[in-house]
Amino acid sequence: MSKFNFTRRAAMALTATAMVLGSSVAALAEDWKPQKPVEMVIMAGQGGGADRIARLFQSIIQKENLSNMPILPVNKGGGSGAEALRYLKDKEGDAHVIMATLNSYYTTPLRTDIGVDIAEFQPLARMAMDTFVLWVNADSDIQTLDDYVAAVQAAGGEWKMGGTGTGQEDSLVTAMLEKEFGIKHTYVPFKGGGTVAKNLVGGHIDATVNNPAEQMGFWQAGKVRPIVAFTPERLAVFPDVPTASEMGHDIVYWMQRSFVAPKGMPAEAVAYYTEMFEQLAATEEWQTYASEKALVADMITGDELQAYFLEERSKHDTILNSMAESS
Amino acid sequence: MDTLALLADGFATSLLPLNLMIVILGVTAGLFIGAMPGLGSVNGVAIVLPLTFIVPPSSAIILLAAIYYGAMYGGAVSSVLLGIPGASTAVATTFDGRPMAQQGKAGLALIAAATASFVGGTISVVLFTMFAAPLADVALAFGPAEEFALVLLAFTTFVGLGGDDVPKTIVMICLGLVLSTVGLDLISGQPRLIFGDLPGFYSGISFLVLAIGAYGVGEILYTIEKSRTSPTVTPAKITFKELGAGLRAMNRMWKTMSLGSFLGFFVGMLPAAGATPAALMAYGVARQTSKQPETFGTGNIEGVAAPETANNAASTGSLLPMLTLGIPGSPTTALLLGGMVMWGLVPGPMLFIEQPDFVWGLISSLYTANFAAVVINIALIPLFVWALRMPFAVLCAIVMVLCIVGGFAPSQKLHDVWLIIAFGVGGYLLRKADYPLAPLVLALVLGPLMEKSFRQTLIAEQGNVLAFFERPLSATFLCLAIVFFIWPLVGLLFTRDHKDHPHVPSKRPKFARTKKT
Repeated sequence: MSKFNFTRRAAMALTATAMVLGSSVAALAEDWKPQKPVEMVIMAGQGGGADRIARLFQSIIQKENLSNMPILPVNKGGGSGAEALRYLKDKEGDAHVIMATLNSYYTTPLRTDIGVDIAEFQPLARMAMDTFVLWVNADSDIQTLDDYVAAVQAAGGEWKMGGTGTGQEDSLVTAMLEKEFGIKHTYVPFKGGGTVAKNLVGGHIDATVNNPAEQMGFWQAGKVRPIVAFTPERLAVFPDVPTASEMGHDIVYWMQRSFVAPKGMPAEAVAYYTEMFEQLAATEEWQTYASEKALVADMITGDELQAYFLEERSKHDTILNSMAESS
Repeated sequence: MDTLALLADGFATSLLPLNLMIVILGVTAGLFIGAMPGLGSVNGVAIVLPLTFIVPPSSAIILLAAIYYGAMYGGAVSSVLLGIPGASTAVATTFDGRPMAQQGKAGLALIAAATASFVGGTISVVLFTMFAAPLADVALAFGPAEEFALVLLAFTTFVGLGGDDVPKTIVMICLGLVLSTVGLDLISGQPRLIFGDLPGFYSGISFLVLAIGAYGVGEILYTIEKSRTSPTVTPAKITFKELGAGLRAMNRMWKTMSLGSFLGFFVGMLPAAGATPAALMAYGVARQTSKQPETFGTGNIEGVAAPETANNAASTGSLLPMLTLGIPGSPTTALLLGGMVMWGLVPGPMLFIEQPDFVWGLISSLYTANFAAVVINIALIPLFVWALRMPFAVLCAIVMVLCIVGGFAPSQKLHDVWLIIAFGVGGYLLRKADYPLAPLVLALVLGPLMEKSFRQTLIAEQGNVLAFFERPLSATFLCLAIVFFIWPLVGLLFTRDHKDHPHVPSKRPKFARTKKT
């Protein structure tokens, strides 16, 4: 087995060398094209922010003909994305699998030993940074952050905060809120942000920290109310919603929306997909969507992205450890 | 009527020549996609999605709806002919459809399935047209507690309503529940029952693998054993006379079909449930309300009609949460949702107000797609039935290939192929021991949903089990579930005194399910 790996690695190294010596990456990218439909693994269930954005990318890629083969989205949301991570690990060397990530890309392997080291995966492109907002049902009396804190305190630990899986982004933001204000929630995990949004409107939970995109339809219909945004500056779509930091509470949290590939994807394929995402980032559809849904479209690729992933992983390690200590 | 005017506008769009042609193409493609085990409407819609960008959005959504509908009809074809449910929604169709095919009545079963699908589709689209907006509120009222109660009800319609061996049914449900926990836990993210560290089990055991193994492979093994001396596949014929007889037979089943339609629509509408529990519940209820419940599972045409009306009605129903709440009820509706986002449409409560053209174009195309699907389906039945005339030795090999390919295609893991073979042998042995397979499959489909909603409720309610009874909707479902569970026991006491009581399922431990195959 190890011998096999060695030869494959050696072959890859040779290819890489040949690539550097031979022609430019771009020229090679034109040589390589997907030979069959490309599987786009989504680390979350259907209807949530990650799912919608991945499907939007798929649609734009196909509409603008950025890939000669269809892109097939596959949801593998089980176990806070562990299912998807394990799947990607098993696809080593495959040139026809890419994965849309969210922050559970680093938090899930930190929390559970699933035998996955994200440093081994091949980063492709970070498309955007998504934002977090605290939402309550429009029927509730809560108008401000102070009202909210008072209401949670009054509920004596029984305030139902809905979100994605325990240890995922939503639960981290919830933990930050709890630490900052000394309050306690009952955290109810759901499969995706879409389901969380529905349960908030249906009155089955009391609050959520969903991304704006997940809540937009209900917000436009006047069914939910944004209370506070966890961003450094106010969001253009919600100019009247204050940020936590302007009120003196330092809670800022982002969700990255990126694409990665399995370990050992051929370099030509990596170049192909990177170029595909660069073209995608420039499309009008994407730019419009990002501004409407309060996303920060800040693209990075390659080594820079890998460095970002590793830095975020160590940051989250600290956050998770402090969460474990406090509970 | 405002609604009617809007619908008329919608028809003006969907009846354009281009759109009519798209409907016919889409339905035909969908039929074949649905009829192939392992290729469901998800694949169909995914493959076609890029094509939709060359036509206007309204035509595109019509194409997707047509494939969606066509695949729903097609699912029954492999259930009846091969005994393999092509999609989880068609499981219940095998219970009576397969025995009918074995008795040489495959044509009749397919006609029943097509007509029933048409009725279910039509009734549900009418319901959708009239009540879409208010019904969205019903979907919202469903939280985790209600989901749990509903799933439990779906289970009890199976345990309680059958006249089978109840202990064996319960054993199979438990086995199915154990299989459903394999993989990563939804809430904590910990792997469970992965047999050491077999990565193949991380994603759990998919419904398709179990169904293809237990039904497809198990069926082949069982038939080979039984037909060692003489081949038992009855060549099926289909004539216009039979077609007429089939339609007349359907005419007597309005009660079953309307029940199936309403049940299917309402269950399908709930974001978590969908068409599979709807079809199974409709089958259970049809069996219970039937005058001869013991004939269910042996080739009763009502046993085909009930689940087929329900699964088509549910597929319409599941569009409702997708359009009004932005929550896809099934993988296929998730793809439709992706398409809508691309066209700049924001699904949610405002869609009906801001994009009436799109919404009503879609609704009217459901009417045309449904009509086209029934016509094309009935026209193709002779072709499908013809496949059964093959010598058994040939058919058996083809079905085996379809089973393996169909099981491998969706995940492309050899792990699944080994599982299919293991389930095939297991299914064959269980069948020989007179264990019903349906509850096993049902438990695998519904188990994860039940577990998740149960735990979510307990977390939200601080571990208070009584919470399930404190909410009106979930309390109602739970009480119904208890009634359904106790009913056969009461019935058993009653049979001793009143032998002719029409609603009492007769207790024949072995009869109904074992003849089902």
